Amino acid sequence: MSPTIAVKVQREPFDVSAEAAALSRGRTDVGAVVTFTGICRGDENGEAIAALNLEHYPGMAETEIESHVAEAARRWPLTGAVVIHRFGRIVPGEDIMMVATASSHRAAAFAAADFLMDYLKTRAPFWKQVEKASGPTWVEAKAEDDSAAARWVKPHQAAE
Amino acid sequence: MSMMLKLRYFAWVRERIGKPEEDVEIPAGVATVAELMTWLSGRGEEYAHAFDNPKVIRAAIDRSHVKPQAPIAGAREIAFFPPMTGG
Repeated sequence: MSPTIAVKVQREPFDVSAEAAALSRGRTDVGAVVTFTGICRGDENGEAIAALNLEHYPGMAETEIESHVAEAARRWPLTGAVVIHRFGRIVPGEDIMMVATASSHRAAAFAAADFLMDYLKTRAPFWKQVEKASGPTWVEAKAEDDSAAARWVKPHQAAE
Repeated sequence: MSMMLKLRYFAWVRERIGKPEEDVEIPAGVATVAELMTWLSGRGEEYAHAFDNPKVIRAAIDRSHVKPQAPIAGAREIAFFPPMTGG
């Protein structure tokens, strides 16, 4: 069976459990499902926040995520993958995004989820703005996210 | 020959320029993304502010990431934005 792939960029909340369950429903070749959920924290560098406002590049966000999911499916024997990323206003405690990967064995599912998260952080066109009492501020990209993504670059790609 | 391009701006690049997108006639001689940033910087204070540190600005041509030295010939839409902070 070909892998079950779903990529959604949406304003609405999502149901992680239902999305993960769908990856093994109706098939018996799935032995492992790994899920990651990114959740809005109630503070940023120790300061309370009211909400995150997520801006995105419609069209590019979907195609960029889809290309990374396709790359994950080339690198690991996945039976399925789901990536959902929200945009708009998200308050503390709400889910921001999720990645779920499924495979016959756990190693591929863990590695593919890790790979997808590292790439989403640095390549998917989303920008977080924090709403707080002192005014809105844009979240700055972290150098460690770039170095995390660099782990996955194959030697022949390093010069690109 | 000059070319018409749709430019799109996101996050603080959009805020500094004061608009999310615009159609702009790019003069002949502006050949790369880096040159386009330099040319845009000369269009006014808001552009100069947005592109005052071009090294941190990322770009996409027709919704694919590109490097500053990428040629812009044939592009329909070019976007400028800060490093991404999704996930």
